[in-house]
Amino acid sequence: MLNHAIDIAFGLLGLSLVFTLVRLAVGPDMLDRVLALDTLYVNSAAMLVLYGLELGTGRYYEAALLIAMLGFITTVVLSKYITRGDVIE
Amino acid sequence: MSTIPWLEAIVSALILVGAVFTLIGSLGLLRMPDFFMRLHGPSKATTIGIGSLLIASALFMSYRGGGLSLHEFMISLFIAITSPVGSHLLAKAARHRRLPGSEGWIEPDQGRKR
Repeated sequence: MLNHAIDIAFGLLGLSLVFTLVRLAVGPDMLDRVLALDTLYVNSAAMLVLYGLELGTGRYYEAALLIAMLGFITTVVLSKYITRGDVIE
Repeated sequence: MSTIPWLEAIVSALILVGAVFTLIGSLGLLRMPDFFMRLHGPSKATTIGIGSLLIASALFMSYRGGGLSLHEFMISLFIAITSPVGSHLLAKAARHRRLPGSEGWIEPDQGRKR
């Protein structure tokens, strides 16, 4: 049962990555692309957690934590740059 | 892989709930009409989606590894702290760029009077 649930969840997460990529490609404004990039980071962290769950190892949490951290820093830096025209004033 | 059935059922249900909420968040990001509506779709994915995936992973790893496994909640806590900050900064940048909402662009003082 767990293996089927993990397979279905991989399918759903892949579909959500495709939706996010479509928004990243067509987004009418710059900020839509930044938001799509942020969502892409979070979704890939979720997918990495699911992959660690499938393999049964706890080795992938550090990678998921790093991806989540880089996604937050990217969002903050890009929206600060868009708002102020500079990152560190 | 031998697991006790009720734990396997709980873990499977949590995994499916997390994946479905992540899908709903990305669908909201794809389908909503303006930026401020698009902004609140992925927040469901970051709170419930990855949260229940991490709870499922903590339960399963606590069973498999033999000991209590709590370092999944570090990711959950980090995302719960940083996701509202990122959304706030994005909304501030959208106001700065004068992106229209559902009623078009509203001047700040006019919005305060309404």
